[in-house]
Amino acid sequence: MNRVALQMLAGDRAKYLAILFGLTCAALLVTQEAAIFLGYMTRTYSFIDDTRAADVWVMNPEMEFTDDAKRMPDTALLRARGVAGVEWAEPMYKGVLNIRMSNGHEQACSIIGVDDATLAGGPPQMVEGKAEDLRGDDSVIVDQAEANTRFARTSADGKTKIPLKLGDTLEVNDHRVRVVGFCRITRPFFWQPVVYSTYTEALTLAPAQRRMLTFVVVKAKPGADLNALCARLRDATGQAAYTSHDFRKLTAIYVVKQTGIAINFGIVVLLGLVIGTAIAGQTFYGFTLENLKYFGMLKAMGASDRRLLGMILLQAVVAGMLGYGLGVGGAAVFGKLINGTGLSFFLPWQLLVFSGGCVVIACLVPALLSARKVQRLEPAVVFKG
Amino acid sequence: MTLAELKTPIVRSHREAAVRCRGLTKVYGSGAGTVTALRGVDLDVHTDELLMLVGPSGCGKTTLISVIAGILDQNEGECHVFGDDFRHMTPTEKTRKRGERIGFVFQAFNLLPTLTAAENVAIPLLLNSVRRSEAIGRAREMLARVGLADRTKSLPAQMSGGQQQRVAIARALIHGPKLIVCDEPTSALDHETGHKVMELLRDVALGEGRALVIVTHDARIFEFADRIARMDDGRIVKVVNDASHL
Repeated sequence: MNRVALQMLAGDRAKYLAILFGLTCAALLVTQEAAIFLGYMTRTYSFIDDTRAADVWVMNPEMEFTDDAKRMPDTALLRARGVAGVEWAEPMYKGVLNIRMSNGHEQACSIIGVDDATLAGGPPQMVEGKAEDLRGDDSVIVDQAEANTRFARTSADGKTKIPLKLGDTLEVNDHRVRVVGFCRITRPFFWQPVVYSTYTEALTLAPAQRRMLTFVVVKAKPGADLNALCARLRDATGQAAYTSHDFRKLTAIYVVKQTGIAINFGIVVLLGLVIGTAIAGQTFYGFTLENLKYFGMLKAMGASDRRLLGMILLQAVVAGMLGYGLGVGGAAVFGKLINGTGLSFFLPWQLLVFSGGCVVIACLVPALLSARKVQRLEPAVVFKG
Repeated sequence: MTLAELKTPIVRSHREAAVRCRGLTKVYGSGAGTVTALRGVDLDVHTDELLMLVGPSGCGKTTLISVIAGILDQNEGECHVFGDDFRHMTPTEKTRKRGERIGFVFQAFNLLPTLTAAENVAIPLLLNSVRRSEAIGRAREMLARVGLADRTKSLPAQMSGGQQQRVAIARALIHGPKLIVCDEPTSALDHETGHKVMELLRDVALGEGRALVIVTHDARIFEFADRIARMDDGRIVKVVNDASHL
């Protein structure tokens, strides 16, 4: 009878396609919008991802996200180095400074100053030049994507864009710096172009403040319990200490709270689910109602309620699986197409499970409502002409 | 084969009671909206007999065959079908027995539109857990018996009303039921096709100890009945052997 159920479903082409369309829409919208949202969320902590060497981050307890540059006393670095379980601990400066280009334009940039000796937390992937070149006087490494866009200058005739090149000079707070390399970084959520320098250079470039240290980047000894290490670092420094995982979470939660981005995407996801479910549900329910006399006939001819429920659920599950496949496939194709563009897209397996769950709801709810109708059906209905 | 030839052996074999109803009462609704559809119906249907239930609309014919077929429970009285009383069975048992013992032919044919003739005919076997390949094979043989050997792969929409009713008859017979219940089997058909369908029912459905109960308004087919029971206001008011005596 399973085949009969599927023939009943696929035989009514218009309704079948409408059910598939609804479920595909639900799966596509839920998956795509949630993947874009997750993509944006991963970008909020791209800086942490790019600083792969760090296991633990020591920072001002009032810091709420990666770019919330609040300072700590330099003593925090020395205290951190003395904590049991610390392999090494290095200073890092992070702050926003205005950079003046050769054509006079200014651009606010995120300056990351890494330890001069170890370059811990330095550029994640060099495209041109060497990270070690940062150790030279007045040297910076620039995000390559920005070298071709916001750092590019227009030609004298104003017709072409000339990208920033190795050896070009920039000006920060009346200090001249030279571009010694270009790196590739994970696209950030925050908008300032990223420029790497040494910690010492960053302190020179930044306006003087009593406290300049933004982070202490800590590498834990092999096998160390990171949460316990964080607790010891907090005790020793009087500052906050987070594992990279917790720092990611802190940043993502802050962005979610402050921007309302989750609510906006959540509404779209919910709308996609509701609209898709409504289309699929209404069509499926209508399909069952139209076939009520046949279900009644089957019931009269000896089909048990359980068997009829099985047939309806099978129809729903098959439609759901096809709709899910098409929707998730469509979302994956979308993700592939936007790969390399400015748009974000992150499709982890957990999201596939989530959208699968949504599709299950979208097809099971109408299926169960339909099944209830069929279960209540008096088989005597078959004699009503 | 003439009608007389068709009827002769059947009249001779009226012996065993296939259906035995005594004092059947069926009431729908409650309170002020109560409708009494059956008022103490007594009726016997014998094996190898074609009994027609006739009467005006709303007289209780459909309710009576629904009770006989085990798809409605009576409020009072007894109805034994080949010795079994559906009212004393669990719903599961009732469903199973119905699937095994009773064949249905409906006014509107009720063929699943997306299934071929053979697939439609195979449904009762599939419901009785026969393997699909075997069920389809037997359905083809049954379609050949009703003269539709060449239409096994046709969809209902590709067949005439008469052909569809033949498919429905094949479906009602395929699992070897002991009782066939037909609801207005010819009312959607023209006179000639209706006659052919009735000839087929007598020829193919009767015999092997089976009984047929046909609800009809169609006086043109009364001649095919072994007996005709006339109903009115929930009662059997007359049972005759010949339509002219109604």
